[in-house]
Amino acid sequence: MAHTIHVDVVSAEEAIYSGEAEFVVLPGEEGELGIYPKHTPLITRIKPGTVRVKPANGGEEELFFVAGGILEVQPNLVTVLADTAIRGHDLDEAKALEAQKRAKENLQDRTGKLEYAKAVSELAEAAAQIAAIRRLRQRR
Amino acid sequence: MPGSKEIRNKIKSVQNTRKITKAMEMVAASKMRKAQERMRAVRPYGEKIRNLAAHISHANPEYRHPYLIERDTSKGVGIIIITTDKGLCGGLNTNVQRLALNQMKEWESQGEKFEVCCIGNKGLGFMQRLGAKVVSQVTQLGDRPHLEKLIGVIKVMLDGYVENRFDRVVIFYTRFINTMKQETVMEQLLPLSGERLGSPEGTWDYIYEPEAKVVLDQALTRYIEAIILQALSENMASEQSARMVAMKAASDNAGDVIGELTLVYNKARQAAITKELSEIVGGAAAV
Repeated sequence: MAHTIHVDVVSAEEAIYSGEAEFVVLPGEEGELGIYPKHTPLITRIKPGTVRVKPANGGEEELFFVAGGILEVQPNLVTVLADTAIRGHDLDEAKALEAQKRAKENLQDRTGKLEYAKAVSELAEAAAQIAAIRRLRQRR
Repeated sequence: MPGSKEIRNKIKSVQNTRKITKAMEMVAASKMRKAQERMRAVRPYGEKIRNLAAHISHANPEYRHPYLIERDTSKGVGIIIITTDKGLCGGLNTNVQRLALNQMKEWESQGEKFEVCCIGNKGLGFMQRLGAKVVSQVTQLGDRPHLEKLIGVIKVMLDGYVENRFDRVVIFYTRFINTMKQETVMEQLLPLSGERLGSPEGTWDYIYEPEAKVVLDQALTRYIEAIILQALSENMASEQSARMVAMKAASDNAGDVIGELTLVYNKARQAAITKELSEIVGGAAAV
């Protein structure tokens, strides 16, 4: 097989696909991209969509869903750095706010929690004392 | 036979404890294997995105991303501390916390301020007890590191850096070396040193779509996320191995205690029998 191109699809959490292919279709940010071997070097972002890989050995066409990411093309290599989650500025922002909110809420709870922990330890101490007294009485 | 019932009860209770620690050891052993696999699965992405980011920044030296610029204002430090959610894993969390605490003391004496981001429950509790300013947190991460849960907390730190609330970001976590050995480390995340980014393999004249800047922004953010995810997955693998080792030690110790107690119990029993016999013999002789 002279005209093949190596395809790697990796996400931050795992490697999704690796193999030789005849042809790859990807959802580029500026439009759908079809890549054959010996494509000119290219780096672009990709949109959420499907990656179609036609394997070199003439097998069944493989489909992967990607939630966006970055695509790197070299003449004999295609690397898809896929995002595992749908990303967007607003979405990221919302997640950041949520993380901050959690921290703040926890801070307000802190005094409550500390008092609770103190109360629990005092209770445990009292219970231990009672148990000890009871044991002493039994001995007599 | 005074005290023999107490010893029997004690032996029983230690045996029960050993059952639990043994079970936890086995659970940790199987989780450890999976955690190690996951840790390895995370690596290729980090390596590829690093190479890509290195390439773009190499090809466009005129564009300096804020993540790459060294600022010497000493405004403060952003701290990311990765710990486990659960305890019973030996000195793992204590070691991370001690390292962080020592560093913080040192920075504090230099007049630096902190903003802390806690990944994992134990570190969060620790930082709150310290009274540190926790700006973001995420806990209950489960056994599988998911990037989705980290996006928010990471963004808080990246934004803080870009907005100049602090001029560097460091991360504390436990690096996995092997099952018996884990190492507590502190790494600087931001500013990204050119050294860490490295130089790209191969030189290609890429076409950028839409433009290099936009792609570089995204690639750098993804790279930092990949580093943190990698750190988290290493921490998880470390957690399981540390727990396995700790639980194994606990089971062994329980075995020793049971052995000792059994010896004491048997001695007490024998002494009681001897005493009874001598009483009978003594009684018979008197008659």
